[in-house]
Amino acid sequence: MNEAKLQELARKANTIRQHIIRMVGEAKSGHPGGSLSAADIVTTLYFHEMRIRPEEPQWPDRDRFVLSKGHAAPVLYAALAEKGFFPVDELHTLRKINSRLQGHPSMKHLSGVEMSTGSLGQGLSTAVGMALAGKIDRKDFRVYALLGDGEIQEGQIWEAAMAAAHYKLDNLVGILDHNGLQIDGPTCEVMSPEPVADKWQAFGWHVVVIDGHDFKQIISALQEARRVKGKPAMIIANTVKGKGISFMENEVGWHGSAPDAEQVQQALAELQGEVEQNE
Amino acid sequence: MSKIATREAYGRALKKLGHINKDIVVLDADLAKSTKTIDFAREFPDRFFDMGVAEQNMVATAAGLAAAGKIPFVSSFAVFASGRAFEQIRNSVAYPNLNVKIAASHAGISVGEDGASHQSVEDISLMRTIPNMTVIVPADGPETEAAVQAALEIKGPVYIRLGRLAVPVLFGEDYKFELGKAAILKDGNDCTVMACGLMTGVALEAWEILKNEGINIKVINMHTIKPIDREAIIEAAKETGAIVTAEEHSVIGGLGSAVAEVVVENCPVPMERVGLKDTFGESGTPAELLEKYGLTAKDIAAAVKRTIARKK
Repeated sequence: MNEAKLQELARKANTIRQHIIRMVGEAKSGHPGGSLSAADIVTTLYFHEMRIRPEEPQWPDRDRFVLSKGHAAPVLYAALAEKGFFPVDELHTLRKINSRLQGHPSMKHLSGVEMSTGSLGQGLSTAVGMALAGKIDRKDFRVYALLGDGEIQEGQIWEAAMAAAHYKLDNLVGILDHNGLQIDGPTCEVMSPEPVADKWQAFGWHVVVIDGHDFKQIISALQEARRVKGKPAMIIANTVKGKGISFMENEVGWHGSAPDAEQVQQALAELQGEVEQNE
Repeated sequence: MSKIATREAYGRALKKLGHINKDIVVLDADLAKSTKTIDFAREFPDRFFDMGVAEQNMVATAAGLAAAGKIPFVSSFAVFASGRAFEQIRNSVAYPNLNVKIAASHAGISVGEDGASHQSVEDISLMRTIPNMTVIVPADGPETEAAVQAALEIKGPVYIRLGRLAVPVLFGEDYKFELGKAAILKDGNDCTVMACGLMTGVALEAWEILKNEGINIKVINMHTIKPIDREAIIEAAKETGAIVTAEEHSVIGGLGSAVAEVVVENCPVPMERVGLKDTFGESGTPAELLEKYGLTAKDIAAAVKRTIARKK
């Protein structure tokens, strides 16, 4: 992986973070914290890893991405817009009446969204179904599912984990956005999911633990997942909720509240400053 | 009269259609021998997935399969298929309008000895409230086979309610099943009985009883609960001036409610609903249970007479 490519991904992730801040700010509601923690992962998937054709969204051989933690819709919309699935201008319609950008992703509203999600715990199962379909048809597309660490408290996640290992779905990759916070507080205090790596391993998954903000590590984990045969892979990405905005980082309050106009300006200034520093 | 359980007919239909449509995949939650998906599993092992005792994952997995172009039939007992996985059906299947068929067997109290935990008397109500969902309750074996075929022809979610108990075969080779179109089985002008599932056969017995007493009822098999055949209901109300519904389900939210909604909005006439009166069932033989909870031909006949008496 050359430096230029890594720089390019970092710049794209920064742009996506700016979109997240602007769109949630304008909507006056939404989930910035968990969108920002997942921004580097989602950027890597859409701008490095996945085989997709924005001009042909229903291409049968495409890789699929399921945002199981559907409340992080802003990061998905920002990535889809940047990738060319729909005009960037449309991002400002988030959560507004008649918009394709529903508060949580809806596949019937917006092309490029692979599954309607939002009710936690269901996305991984739908990814299992897509991966099974790939196996039945002997196709080589891959399926990626992004989970929240609060989300894995849902029992259905472990039903899906069992099924994916049972059916040896090595075309399925789970990515856990392990930011340690959920609405009511730290996940460890609300209902501890730890030790997460041991749990996925015990369920028969290949597990890789990485820093979810280090592009090199994200890329190499995705490569490692490709090499695994006969079992699904889970990338546990340690992340920071609100990543990139000083006053949002690791603050539980930013799970589901929108920045006001002043906070939007401050956040954008920080993000733009970061771009200048990097260049 | 020969008898066959609608779940048997379902297994038979799946196996037959599996040869014709290669996109069909079947999922079960450790009940393949009971729901009869075992017939399909043996014929097409590569397109059958036992998902274990995990209905929520099964339903959402089916959504993923459908999103990738498959036509999944998911099967379990009606209590679990509709109740345990309700929100998966709502959010992962119906909201994105995915092509998933839910075949729910062992519905109603006629499942018998297993008792209330396994007797689904709320599923029609739960399923018909979900947007995009089609709800079919076949009355016998041949109608079940036709319903499975019809479900395959619609692109979207369908709930098919099936029973454990062998029920009389009412329809012959010439029976024409039309989704969403009520089937008039007997004509009469004193009152209309609209029934679904095994209660359709029971309604025909009630027709016989009443005929001997000089009362002529119209009997309608309302196999599709959603979309309900509004025209047939309005026409029956106008022609006969009285309506009785009969279902092996709670009187709250099921066929009776669906019919009542149309009746009050369009053509108010005296009406009664035969079904479970806001109660759970219990253990017993199917016959004992149908008797105890008021789901016999005598009960329908009595309801008809009471309803006729209320006509102005």
